[in-house]
Amino acid sequence: MSAAQQIDSNTSVDVMTDTDQYLTFILAGEEYGVDILRVQEIKGWDNVTPIPNTPDYIKGVINLRGTIVPIVDLRHKFSLDAIPYGATTVVIVLKVSSEDGNRTMGIVVDAVSDVYNVAAEEMKPPPDFGTISIDYVKGLATVEDKMVIVLEIDKLLNSGVLDNSDSLLQ
Amino acid sequence: MAIDITQFHETFFEESFEGLDIMESGLLNLDIGAADNDTVNAIFRAAHSIKGGSATFGFSEVAEFTHGMETLLDEMRDGSRDVTQESVDTLLQSVDCLREMLGASRDKTPIDLERAEALKKELEKILSSDNNSIKSPSENDESKNTAPASESSGRDGWEIKFKPYHDMLRTGNDPVRMFRELAELGDLSVEIDISQLPALEDLDPEESYLSWKLTLKADVEKEKVKEIFEWVEDECDIEFNELSAATDKADNPANVMATATTAPPQTTDNSKKTAAPKKAATSTDSASIRVSIDKVDALINMVGELVITQSMIGQLDCDLDEFDNNRMEKLRDGLTLLERNTRELQESVMRIRMLPISFAFNRFPRMVHDLCQKLNKKIELKTTGEQTELDKTVMEKIGDPLVHLVRNSIDHGIEMPEERVAADKPETGIIELNAFHKGGNIIIEIKDDGAGFNKERIKAKAVERGLISSDEQLSDEKIYDLLFQPGFSTAEQLSDISGRGVGMDVVRRNIRELGGNIDVSSEMGKGTTFTIRLPLTLAILDGQLVCVGSEIYITPLVSIVESLQIKKEFVNNIAGQTELYKVRDDYIPIVRMHNIFGIDAEQKNLEGGLLVIVEGDGKKAGLLVDDLLGQQQVVIKSLETNYKRVDGVSGATILGDGTVALILDVDGLIELSRNPPTSGNTSTNQVREVA
Repeated sequence: MSAAQQIDSNTSVDVMTDTDQYLTFILAGEEYGVDILRVQEIKGWDNVTPIPNTPDYIKGVINLRGTIVPIVDLRHKFSLDAIPYGATTVVIVLKVSSEDGNRTMGIVVDAVSDVYNVAAEEMKPPPDFGTISIDYVKGLATVEDKMVIVLEIDKLLNSGVLDNSDSLLQ
Repeated sequence: MAIDITQFHETFFEESFEGLDIMESGLLNLDIGAADNDTVNAIFRAAHSIKGGSATFGFSEVAEFTHGMETLLDEMRDGSRDVTQESVDTLLQSVDCLREMLGASRDKTPIDLERAEALKKELEKILSSDNNSIKSPSENDESKNTAPASESSGRDGWEIKFKPYHDMLRTGNDPVRMFRELAELGDLSVEIDISQLPALEDLDPEESYLSWKLTLKADVEKEKVKEIFEWVEDECDIEFNELSAATDKADNPANVMATATTAPPQTTDNSKKTAAPKKAATSTDSASIRVSIDKVDALINMVGELVITQSMIGQLDCDLDEFDNNRMEKLRDGLTLLERNTRELQESVMRIRMLPISFAFNRFPRMVHDLCQKLNKKIELKTTGEQTELDKTVMEKIGDPLVHLVRNSIDHGIEMPEERVAADKPETGIIELNAFHKGGNIIIEIKDDGAGFNKERIKAKAVERGLISSDEQLSDEKIYDLLFQPGFSTAEQLSDISGRGVGMDVVRRNIRELGGNIDVSSEMGKGTTFTIRLPLTLAILDGQLVCVGSEIYITPLVSIVESLQIKKEFVNNIAGQTELYKVRDDYIPIVRMHNIFGIDAEQKNLEGGLLVIVEGDGKKAGLLVDDLLGQQQVVIKSLETNYKRVDGVSGATILGDGTVALILDVDGLIELSRNPPTSGNTSTNQVREVA
């Protein structure tokens, strides 16, 4: 908590209450957040080895110090237009847990943004938008008048890996 | 001296379970009526050390129970008792009971004392029952001494020559305590021989240099005296002479140590270690592994060489300014050496994980024995290739599937004796377990000469279950494939041995998880053969690097038959789609890698392209690739750890430059080429996603 307090200078919430830290990133102009405790590392985009006969959003696999880590392009996953990877393009390596254990996966995003403290009660349940499944969204948080979409990464990244339903839609 | 004795418990249990395995296999090998002395001795020794160990570590119930078994075995071994079916069966049950007791002690759960008590009674019954009837022939035996009779008349006592080996004290045995115990039996006088005692400065306080001549004036049975020295039997030269009798009368040969008195203790110790069968506890998922000394020695040698090579290369590095040809040459030599060292080192390290498959096979004689009794069948088990080595992980995972398959063969495969006779077959059925290497695989065959599968019945059952429609035409292969469907069993009656239909699907899944596969072939009335093919090791593979478009793939070297350049005149088309290539007298389907994997390839024309002929699952195929790169050993990394199984790919590896390359699964590729992934692969997924 002490570390959280240091970082936390712009929120007025009592840090001792139920707050979580989220790492946010930018994807097509929107800010998304993931639980910071799940983030293993952030690394620059590098070439991947494509895996044949897999959905498009699986860019391929990389060698992360000896382990093979699959990389998911979130733009693809969310059916956004692809953009060329640039200097800010990063891979966020995440720990994803599922019934049969933990796995490590990476997501490609446009850029990383910030780390925020969000109190549990500040998190709003997502409305039914009908575009992407609300299963993948943990909630919406407002930080400095901006909306941050907090993702449920377990569900998001296990879909299409464990089950074969690749459907992102409801 | 407070030593935390619990730290040795793990070892004790491991050794005890090993001992139990030895006892079990020994008991099963015993020929009733004409027992082989060596076998009985081996069983006895195992029981003896379990008893000793359990007493030392305070598992008194275990020790007490084992004592009963030991007594019976002891009588068997000195020939005073015949080996009967009854006693062998009781001993086998006792082994089971003992295993449970030890298991319970290890897991710190309560011991089932009732069962132990019942068995103990049974053992006692055997011990007391025909003791007398057996004794008479042994009295005629020339070695009168060995009979545990109480013919004490006219015996003044015993003269015992006791000479411990140097390292006896290290095993925690104390002569003083033994003498004290002896003194309780009667009047004891002790003469000490200190001639071996070195000068004080050379004296190692942990070694024993003394020998004793003990005279026990008491009318006691020899067994009683012997019992005191029981724990040190293997660590000393000991001789018992009856005082009244002529002193040259030879004692029980088992006690006169065959090893020369002067043999340095160090060597005896070592030879014992290497001679003892190397076993790891196969039943438990223990994380430890026992490795034979020579494997470790090989490893140490290898590391030694590596160090030498390193220093050789290190010398070159002192002043880099003058880097002339001569040094270049040396550096090159060094690197070659280094490469060789690394490879050898790698091989030796891998060998540490390899265990002979007998670990997995060992449990079967017992299982067959028990099940035969239960089912009143007559079955002989034949095993070959027990020494075939297999990775420990593979071994652990293959055990249960094997048990399942063997059970199936016993229960459903082999018919009842009368049925067999009626079918003109020998009364005794045969189950064969064979293991051998083939290519980079290990093959395990489970073969029975039983009834074989009734294809019609399998089909009928499958129709009943709605797995297939009644008018479907199926190849044999497809029919046998049904056996591996979840919940499928053809047994008409469920038994507790098999037939619940839970299993065959699990068997196949387990084998597939190991990267292997299982095949069935069967002939009605003749028998069934299950063939399991497993990779030798899960970690390393010899691979050929091939290039398709911009991607590099690794083809397992073992599955490559040959590589050749395509000549137009040998290419044939069938129905304008399937392309076949004529290799000598064979027509081999061409698999265009870039099509299957959806890659842009340089080489879209067959003319002048490279064809890698591979063989998988008994089928051949030619993979069209753009280029052949080098060959190298690759470390297999799983894609499934973080992702999932991908068709046509068996894993991934990391190349020298740090990039990932995928390892091709030849069987899967051939399968893929026949049933292409729902065409255009990625695009369909996308369509589904957007739809």
